Amino acid sequence: MTQVAPNRSAALPLPDPAREAALLQLASGLDAGQLRYWAGFLAGVAAERERSHGSAALGSTAATTTPAAVASAARATVLFASQTGNGRRVAERLHRQLESQGLAARLVNVADYRQRDLITERLLYVIASTHGDGDPPDDARSFIDLLTGRKAPRVAQLAYSVLALGDSSYPKYCETGRLIDRRLADMGARRLAELTEADVDFQTSADAWTQRAISCAREQLQSPHLAIVSAPPPAQNGTADREHPVEVELLTAVTLTARGSERSVAHLELQAPALQLAYEPGDAVGIWHSNPAETVEQIAMAVQADLATVVTIQGRSHSLRDWLTREREITRLSRPFLDAHARRAANPELERLRTAGSDEGLRTLLRDWQPVDLLQRFPAAWSAEELVQALRPLSPRLYSIASSRAAVGDELHLTVAAVDYLRDGQQRYGAASRYLTRLAVGEAARVRAYVEPNPRFRLPEDPARDIIMIGPGTGVAPFRGFLQHRIEQGSSGRNWLVFGGRHLRSDFLYQTEWLEARRNGTLHRLDVAFSRDQAAKIYVQDRIREQGVELLRWLEGGAHLYVCGDAQRMAHDVHAALRDVLVTQGGRTVESAEAELAELAAARRYCRDVY
Amino acid sequence: MSSNQPAALPSPVEGIKTRSRLLRGTIADGLVDGATGALAEDDTHLLKFHGSYQQDDRDVREERRQARLEPAYSFMIRTRLPGGVCTPRQWLALDDLATRYANGTLRITTRQAFQLHGVIKRDLKPALAAMNAVLIDTIAACGDVNRNVLASANPLESALHAIAHEWATRLSEHLLPRTRAYHEIWLDGAKWAGGDEIEPIYGPTYLPRKFKAAVVVPPHNDVDVFAQDLGFIAIAADDDPRRLAGFNVTAGGGLGATHGDAATFPRLADVLGYVAPERALAVAEAIVTTQRDFGDRSNRRHARLKYTIETMGLDAFRAEVERRASCRFEPARPFAFTTSGDRFGWTRSTDGLWNLTLRIPAGRVADRRTERGEVRGLTGMRAIARVHDGGFRLTPNQNLLIAGISSAHRSQIEALVRDHGLNLHETATPVARDALACVALPTCPLAMAEAERYLPTLVDRIEAQLADVGLAGEPLSLRVTGCPNGCARPYLGEVGLIGKAPGRYNLHLGADAAGTRLNRLYRENVDEAAILSALEPLFARWAAERQHGERFGEFLWRSRVL
Repeated sequence: MTQVAPNRSAALPLPDPAREAALLQLASGLDAGQLRYWAGFLAGVAAERERSHGSAALGSTAATTTPAAVASAARATVLFASQTGNGRRVAERLHRQLESQGLAARLVNVADYRQRDLITERLLYVIASTHGDGDPPDDARSFIDLLTGRKAPRVAQLAYSVLALGDSSYPKYCETGRLIDRRLADMGARRLAELTEADVDFQTSADAWTQRAISCAREQLQSPHLAIVSAPPPAQNGTADREHPVEVELLTAVTLTARGSERSVAHLELQAPALQLAYEPGDAVGIWHSNPAETVEQIAMAVQADLATVVTIQGRSHSLRDWLTREREITRLSRPFLDAHARRAANPELERLRTAGSDEGLRTLLRDWQPVDLLQRFPAAWSAEELVQALRPLSPRLYSIASSRAAVGDELHLTVAAVDYLRDGQQRYGAASRYLTRLAVGEAARVRAYVEPNPRFRLPEDPARDIIMIGPGTGVAPFRGFLQHRIEQGSSGRNWLVFGGRHLRSDFLYQTEWLEARRNGTLHRLDVAFSRDQAAKIYVQDRIREQGVELLRWLEGGAHLYVCGDAQRMAHDVHAALRDVLVTQGGRTVESAEAELAELAAARRYCRDVY
Repeated sequence: MSSNQPAALPSPVEGIKTRSRLLRGTIADGLVDGATGALAEDDTHLLKFHGSYQQDDRDVREERRQARLEPAYSFMIRTRLPGGVCTPRQWLALDDLATRYANGTLRITTRQAFQLHGVIKRDLKPALAAMNAVLIDTIAACGDVNRNVLASANPLESALHAIAHEWATRLSEHLLPRTRAYHEIWLDGAKWAGGDEIEPIYGPTYLPRKFKAAVVVPPHNDVDVFAQDLGFIAIAADDDPRRLAGFNVTAGGGLGATHGDAATFPRLADVLGYVAPERALAVAEAIVTTQRDFGDRSNRRHARLKYTIETMGLDAFRAEVERRASCRFEPARPFAFTTSGDRFGWTRSTDGLWNLTLRIPAGRVADRRTERGEVRGLTGMRAIARVHDGGFRLTPNQNLLIAGISSAHRSQIEALVRDHGLNLHETATPVARDALACVALPTCPLAMAEAERYLPTLVDRIEAQLADVGLAGEPLSLRVTGCPNGCARPYLGEVGLIGKAPGRYNLHLGADAAGTRLNRLYRENVDEAAILSALEPLFARWAAERQHGERFGEFLWRSRVL
């Protein structure tokens, strides 16, 4: 492609008109710089095809090369981590100079740089400031976490060079740049030039580094050989399911609620091998947990049993401790166990509780009491064997998946509210949340998991459809996955999130991610209701009523509506609010509003995932 | 570094001001955005002109980032209070706001203003509205405009104090922005309908940087007039020391600097000359508009008036001011300063009323218990404000003067002061009594090191050293800041510490006690151990070699240690 063809139809094979029209449509709206970039990119693709398959081969390269890899192969990335702006200015200059030399380059603030950028990147220039004594710029903290964390990827495809800025009156000056340079090498990247360290009078060193960077870039970019992204290792087994969970590593665990919050919610990231844990946004993950040791001990003490006792049931022998820890449900009270215990205890007060207010007493017992509460409060004689037999087998807990594979690769994220309260002066736990939130990140922390598909809670097939997501508290989890997916898909439909919690300052789950999405235009509306930040309590249903006109407009435009979270009150209140909006803003009768919501549900445009 | 490069482009803040429609921006929209405790990035710059800074609790910034929560944002509100004068009714209103919306403290600043800290976004508007209801506004308390105007808090010369206060008020009001944005946003004033709203003095982009002014009555330099962009030194009439003859006008002081940037430096003001009172406002306006038109708008670190004067040259600057004000400066009249500290305790003014100057460490009026005992400052001042029929004055040294106490009220106020532990002027040691520190960590976004939280420890260590060489009880001006921007005027301390990193400071020594000479850098980027071991031999020499009553700063100069 060194020669300009004098006449397109004579020099090149004639493109078919349909394809040309499609190309022109794609190109409309791009400015000259972007057009030149894509021209260079397509030329690179062509060169690669000629090199590896001869000029006639079509399509085969694309099959082994991801678009991101092609794009990153054809350009340099100038990444800056700047506190006061000096680093940014050096980066802008390098970027301008690369472009003026006709080399494809992009300029990225380190705050916007993600793992998926790094694993496809071919040529990276990093300008990193250090402020104070060894501190990274605020923007760089996530990137440093990525490089130094357990999830640091291998980046053998990457060539790089680092310019470190600092103030040598501090002992650990240039530390950020040094760290990035060292870690990238550790991760398998190829250093194009030794680290350059620049003091307060950085200009001379920076100029020399910039010149070297430009000549390196010229060499690297003018002999394009495309990155082949290696396929994930074949899975050993098939898809995991409830009876055949796969044991995977816990990669990350962080608390999402602030210090001092009345609630504690954790964000967990699990390893998710593509075959065993394939999932779609909206699916749930099942977790097989172990029961809290404290509860196991309290139960044994209540029935005066020795936890070392071996109990054999249907030919399976375990210690009582193992039965209670891994085989039996001990934090949820079942009706048969309640009845069995009541018969043994023969306690009039318990009888009164069971029968108070017809079904109400029973419902309260089953909802609020754990087996241990019953055993302690109304003692009865149980042998270890009888007890194990009377308790239900352990069942896994389901959590909405809070990620999309398109964004996080072979990971699965979940959002777990810790159930944790005092009863009669004793700590009570939710079994699985206690189990998950006590796991320490590391090799030893392995979790038995499987994916529970949830086909009734899916993004619209048509990416141009708008979506409205109503998810207070941990109900927001699937919507994180939804939004990740829509962004990665490049969906043109709009996204609207309605979130609720107690306090803005402490309980806004994934706040910075939502705000960033709103800022960059991928989350089009964000409404929040914090119930306890003002005298009058405000909930998501109040926001729905307030925004009724807009909500109707979205629904009339074909939007899909999703509700996730508490089934007992929230889902009911939200449903009532939706009906009210149809009545008061949409002029329906109550009956026709209900009918319309039912139709939306039947058409899978009103989906609920409530628990 | 950056300031050495020819940089023709205006700084980003200039663009924000230009687009702001006279300081409106999108502040009103941001206030009702419930998804974040912050305002939009650009609006945070505009908010300063309305008297508020967005801050966050830096102690929890990192853990919140990991939790995917935004920083714990809150707002500081600063009043405009020319000369630091307020009434008991205003005090009680501010006390109520501090308790209801802020963190339970009222902070007195080195610019004689009040600050409320920790106000969250949804309380910002009610707090400002309540303040305005008692006739205290916050317009131009921060931002690239003329800030709160200082006036000597001289407790003795009641006539001259009244004159200084009156001029501080006139100057402040003459240089106030004229935009209606403040009333629209905070007081639900009518929306600007477009048309010809203009800023006659500032123009649409205001000043390149903050601008500080003071009125001072010699010989008491409590306002540190040479640290101000603009100063009026009151000159008394020859025939009547209580009547104002005119002003010596100073320009070009400023203490801010940037670590590692040689083009930035603290600078004392020059005396431009003498003017009669009727010319004073025209001269002040001419100085402001000269800075508006000649100041550096490309680099905010190099944008104060002091750099404009350095760039233009003093004579050219003076000529430009004279041209704009249509008058000529007369030669400066003689004056002398003797001290910049406050005169604590009881004094009687020339009008026969009593004043009591209280020591308020770091300017923080609060109820708190420390190992030094319990101070119920907020409660105590509330009780005093309820019975007091005079006024209050905040001093530029962050202390508090209860002014105009009749003889009949004296014992009652004395008792309230003692009962609430507000009598530090009697109990505190001399070093603690005169020390200044800025807020710094955890709320100030500029802080690199601790200041206010560290000061008590440092004072103890230094007083122990002084006691070791037999100088217990000697006065020493000690000033600590968390960064080089100069809020607690560290370059005018006999001992000044300027934060560089957690636990590390630049040690400056040798300013004079009257605020007319800057100190010098003595040790760079050192920790507490190094600071103390640098001071120890100097204190020993001072003890052994000092002349009668000689202060530490004077000794260091005379003995050529510096």
